[in-house]
Amino acid sequence: MLDVSVSYNRYKFLGHEFLTWLWFLMEKDRSFLQTEVPELTSLEVGNRIVLENRFNEGVEIITIKGDDAGLEEGMLSLRKGAVVTEFHLLYTAGDHQWQFILKGESLNISNLKVPKTGEVESGRELEGAVLEKVYLFEKVIELINILYKSFIKLRISSEWKEKIVPEIRKWIYA
Amino acid sequence: MGLLSSSVSITCYRVEGSLEDPFMETVEKKLKHNMIMEIDDDVSEKAIGWTSLENPYQPKFEGSSFCIGPYLVFALRIDQKSIPAKVLKKFYVLEMLKILSESGRKYLNKTEKQMVKDRVYSILLRRYPATPKIYDLIWNYEGGFIWFFSNQKSANEEFETLFSKTFQLSLIRLFPYTIADLDAGLSDSQKEQLNKISPTQFSE
Repeated sequence: MLDVSVSYNRYKFLGHEFLTWLWFLMEKDRSFLQTEVPELTSLEVGNRIVLENRFNEGVEIITIKGDDAGLEEGMLSLRKGAVVTEFHLLYTAGDHQWQFILKGESLNISNLKVPKTGEVESGRELEGAVLEKVYLFEKVIELINILYKSFIKLRISSEWKEKIVPEIRKWIYA
Repeated sequence: MGLLSSSVSITCYRVEGSLEDPFMETVEKKLKHNMIMEIDDDVSEKAIGWTSLENPYQPKFEGSSFCIGPYLVFALRIDQKSIPAKVLKKFYVLEMLKILSESGRKYLNKTEKQMVKDRVYSILLRRYPATPKIYDLIWNYEGGFIWFFSNQKSANEEFETLFSKTFQLSLIRLFPYTIADLDAGLSDSQKEQLNKISPTQFSE
């Protein structure tokens, strides 16, 4: 395996491409998401999306935020060569909803809000509360792992260039 | 950031290697050995160590109290004292004036000034309480992974250092490349393919 810090920087584009592909799936191929994660009811872009466009001379960062923000600027950025670097996502499974920010370069999860759980009022309740939280965190981590692993297998296959990239381009320029 | 908070951040790690038997006693011994030390009445500026989830200010690791279901649950605590520069300056100047007045001298040389400053700094360190920061973690020993509840670079680096020192196990941060290489079930030829890929241009 490559040195960790070298591989982090050299391959962070994989995380950005993953998020860009994920946006495409959310918009155009929801059935794929449901096949990969059967318990998924919906996965949507929340109130924040960050894109990055790298030029020879520098980097352009485009941040779109707000509950009612339109994503047209994001599409325009994709047409100019940007990729998604960060998402606020809303994941629904049945009656439960998770919200979190997913950062492409690290696949770190931040601001994760899980479905409401009971308050911990005594030390004896701590164990149950921790296990309940772990179960709920696991749902999001599993979701990301399943989708990222599907992405990486696709990404290193010939299907990526032959089928997926043309479909994503078609979506970007529609 | 606490795992029971309403909003959390998570960094995922993979752990490789195993601890000696009896497992629980080994973990307890190692946690106790690297438990946070109080520095409030001490000249130390910073302390880093393990603490317990339930009582982070009075850590206890007896009786597998760090074990919840199949998980080991404890926390990293970083205590840091931060003396404002203006406070240091005030007490330094006052101390210097006192020395000049008592000695009848007009000035102190560079070395003497530095000595006064160091002494004042040590006195202030004893007076200032440390600010504790607590970062919970969940370790699934059987599954070989850890969730560390912070994305802060410095906290993650301190965690990686203390974890390696405490348990002598290999800790690998999971990010796009390491997940692909270690966790995605790729064959050797797929891994070779992975190492060769370059960024996609989505735009035309």
